[in-house]
Amino acid sequence: MSQTITRYQVVIGIECHVELKTATKMFCGCANEFGGEPNTKVCPVCLGMPGALPVANGVAIRHVIRAGLAFGAEIPAFSKFDRKNYFYPDMPKDYQISQYDMPLTLGGEVKYWREDGTMSACRLVRIHLEEDTGKSTHAGSGDGRIAGSSFSLVDFNRAGVPLMECVSEPEIHSAQDAVAYLEALRRTLLQLGVSDVKMEEGSLRCDANVSIRPAGSTELGTKTEIKNMNSFRSVHRAIESEFARQIEILESGGRVVQETRGWDEVNGVTHSMRSKELAHDYRYFPDPDLVPLEIVASDVEAMRASLPELPWKRFERYTAEYGLDPKQATQLIDNSELAEYFERVVTASSHPAQAKNFVLGELSRLANETQTPVAESKVLPEYLAELIALVEAKTINSKIAKDLLARMWEGAGSPRSLVEAEGLAQTSDPAAVESFVDQVIASNEKVVADYKAGKTNVAGFLVGQVMKASRGKADPALVNDLVRRKLG
Amino acid sequence: MATEIVERSAAEIARDVNAGKLSAREAADSALAQIDAVESRVGAFLTPLHAMAREQAARVDARVGAGERLPLAGVTLAVKDNMCLTGTRTTCGSKILEQWVAPYTATAVQRLIDAGAVVVGKSNLDEFAMGSSCENSALGVTRNPYDLDRVPGGSSGGSAAAVAAFEAAVALGSDTGGSIREPGAFCNLIGFKPTYGRVSRYGLIAFASSLDQIGPLTRTVEDAALVYDAMAGHDPMDSTSIDRVADLTANRLLESLSGLKIGIVRQFDTRELGADIDEVYDRAYHDLQALGAELHDVSLPTADYGLATYYLIAPAECSSNLARFDGVRYGLRVDAADVQAMYEQTRAAGFGPEVKRRILIGTYALSSGYYDAYYVRAQKARTLAARDFEKAFEDCDLIACPAASSPAFRFNAKSDPYSMYMMDYYTIPMSLAGLPALSVPCGWVTPPGGTRPMPMGLQLCAPIFGEKLLLGAAHAYEKATQHASKHRPQVSEV
Amino acid sequence: MSTEKIDVRYVAKLARIALTDEEVDRFGAQLGDLLEHVNRLGELDTNAVPATAQVVESRNVEREDVVRPCLDRETVLAGAPQRQGAFFRVPRIIAEK
Repeated sequence: MSQTITRYQVVIGIECHVELKTATKMFCGCANEFGGEPNTKVCPVCLGMPGALPVANGVAIRHVIRAGLAFGAEIPAFSKFDRKNYFYPDMPKDYQISQYDMPLTLGGEVKYWREDGTMSACRLVRIHLEEDTGKSTHAGSGDGRIAGSSFSLVDFNRAGVPLMECVSEPEIHSAQDAVAYLEALRRTLLQLGVSDVKMEEGSLRCDANVSIRPAGSTELGTKTEIKNMNSFRSVHRAIESEFARQIEILESGGRVVQETRGWDEVNGVTHSMRSKELAHDYRYFPDPDLVPLEIVASDVEAMRASLPELPWKRFERYTAEYGLDPKQATQLIDNSELAEYFERVVTASSHPAQAKNFVLGELSRLANETQTPVAESKVLPEYLAELIALVEAKTINSKIAKDLLARMWEGAGSPRSLVEAEGLAQTSDPAAVESFVDQVIASNEKVVADYKAGKTNVAGFLVGQVMKASRGKADPALVNDLVRRKLG
Repeated sequence: MATEIVERSAAEIARDVNAGKLSAREAADSALAQIDAVESRVGAFLTPLHAMAREQAARVDARVGAGERLPLAGVTLAVKDNMCLTGTRTTCGSKILEQWVAPYTATAVQRLIDAGAVVVGKSNLDEFAMGSSCENSALGVTRNPYDLDRVPGGSSGGSAAAVAAFEAAVALGSDTGGSIREPGAFCNLIGFKPTYGRVSRYGLIAFASSLDQIGPLTRTVEDAALVYDAMAGHDPMDSTSIDRVADLTANRLLESLSGLKIGIVRQFDTRELGADIDEVYDRAYHDLQALGAELHDVSLPTADYGLATYYLIAPAECSSNLARFDGVRYGLRVDAADVQAMYEQTRAAGFGPEVKRRILIGTYALSSGYYDAYYVRAQKARTLAARDFEKAFEDCDLIACPAASSPAFRFNAKSDPYSMYMMDYYTIPMSLAGLPALSVPCGWVTPPGGTRPMPMGLQLCAPIFGEKLLLGAAHAYEKATQHASKHRPQVSEV
Repeated sequence: MSTEKIDVRYVAKLARIALTDEEVDRFGAQLGDLLEHVNRLGELDTNAVPATAQVVESRNVEREDVVRPCLDRETVLAGAPQRQGAFFRVPRIIAEK
């Protein structure tokens, strides 16, 4: 199979639906919250009651524009809402307020990085804003699927929640990259604060268009649309499975049928969702209940200027400037509080390598042990920077630094004060160190004899004894040097 | 005594109730008594609201007693049954909503209640406001109070009949292509459609969202102004409601038309309507001149395309607006094995033929492959309609023309849909342009084969936001001509 | 403009209205007549004319993102043709969205 695989290239486009984080729904004042007792977060507007009218949520509009800007999209000066007409029981008005030909953002790209640290990008077609539907539970069949169910139960709490649809170009070529794309999208939206982006709660939902073509070809093959993937892992598995299925069809002389296929998590296959549904004719037209949007260029510029540093830029900075490996950089980017802590330590200490070692090493170990996030610990970034400065100045050695950090974690405060109060500064005065060395040599005649007889490995023991005599404060390098010199 | 109260204008009632000379309860009781007396012949209401009216009247009396002065204190109000009123059946004259009880109140209705109005009932209409005679109601027959063998007009036919038959002092209607103005003309009333967006549509069950507008049907221009003043203005619940202060109109009514330029539309040749009718309009235009207006010949070159434009745009919007009547959340459901069949059977049983026709034509006009040819072209024609008026208003302050091409006709007189659509020929262009327009009584004709003189309406139209001038001028014309009082309704004859 | 015959059955399917054969014929004829009339719009030169979706010139009408009270659930379900507990119940759905 693997040889066959290399003869084909998979072409993937991803369509994401992201529920936006707002206090209220898209077109009414009902709370936008996940879950809750069925049919309790509804009003005449989101229930599509006769006579009710929509009024757009400005925060949701700005969320989409910010997302677009983060991906480098164009923000057209004019946008509008359209009605997408189709009947479905969990869609209250039997049309969805959406955007057809004038979405809020056009183009742009999602930059994503792979595990090996290489950076890639996938262009976006557009991002538009629409309203979510309610939820249908299919009953009477036992497995919750439509097929075989005898009736459905509808809850409209989710109906009208602001939903951002983000459509990529078909230019992703592996399941790994598809997941990396989604990770980057998720990180960006999370950082912008426009969504919780939780697949398990449905605030991020994605479909993948998958087609294959002979390696080297530039034409697109017939695509299938894969639905019902509810984790990044299932996205990965579903794409791999669909890739293999399409190869098998072509290899056996068949043709891929353009259709929607559902991912079956349990059996690890996609299955056809072909239905008796009429050919879709959504009859889009401008929603006469809503007025058009004119996006003011200066507002857009202000929003662009206020964008935070984006994850991909941070990734580049961490790896290129701070020397983090891709995994470490990703780890920090995915833990924004830790990253912020890290950045403050770097700023205060001007020493990214040490900052990384402490933050991702000893400090993270302590955090895990005590179940306390680093950012909430008593080790203020300034204290850690002090500690790093002490180590860098060779005022203390790493052993003392580790001990001090443990005490700082417990609330001991400034390491510099501790070092001063307790006289923990490393002894680098050659005369003082020499006196310790002389003492140790004098009181260990046998060991010295062994050394001179050729057992040079006992020098380590003597160095240890000197360190002990100095209560750990002697500069280990200096001790080492002096011990060897004295032994001749 | 009762008769006397019900025939008073809203302005008189409010004045007397505020002055403590009349209680809102008395005003309500007399209207309810009139409803009980004439309703079996008129059929204006789908749901009379005796108990609610008495409660509301008691609240008005309490407020007035506490020192409040309410612009519509004790004014009895009929509400077209496509407007929501909490706790009342709101049917749209359709079987699909026959049992639906609204859980909220339309903004316009609430504003009138807050201003002291007392709702006496929900009035009949052509199903979902689609029609020009009220004959398309699935739930009742409404008769013209001036000739019970004739239609009251539509779609706000119940509202018009209620006010004409003294069952309410004023009424709310909705006008999409003429549905206030035409029944106003047929029932000897002022039928006033404000500028699109002046009155909130929140709670008005949509027919065609970009055209629908709520307005009053009243027996005097002053009453129309009072009702308009109480309900016009921005509503945060309606994105299309105009966010600017609406001029008050009731205290700006004119006594003369001197200095005003009134345009007479070249394309609307009233000689085509027959000698009797031509004479009525000829006389009306002369009366305008006699009141000091300067008449100008103006042109609306695309007016003749108004009907075609309207019968694409309105059905397209309606096909989408009425999708929600699907048997899932409220209203009628016809049970079926699966949800598709349930939709199809429910909507087949719930909608009448006119509604189905419009949903079908609108669905077709929006469907793939036809959208540009029909819907977009109609929207472009709509731009031309608006430009026609802009150009015309460079030469005049108001436009005068017929409100309808004939007086009220007999039941079943318009058997093919198209001849019924033609009833809105003179009112549609203003709707397309979103302009404020009203019909005011302008004379009487006895239709061929008829035995009773029937009222005709003069339509006056102003530029956008021109309500103050429109009502002011209509008042001057009304006061000088006094056409409305020349005949009494058949239903009030002993 | 198109003068082809309207496929009433297809349109009725899209609009989810069951029609009898008699209705298909009657509506087909009536809609044909109406289309003939609206086809007159083809006489207008609209090439350089922008489309009017709305006559109001408002832009950017927005609501503040502030929570307002919802309807009481019993009120929500009061009009339901069929309910089951806190849910609206509908017959078998035969197609995915």
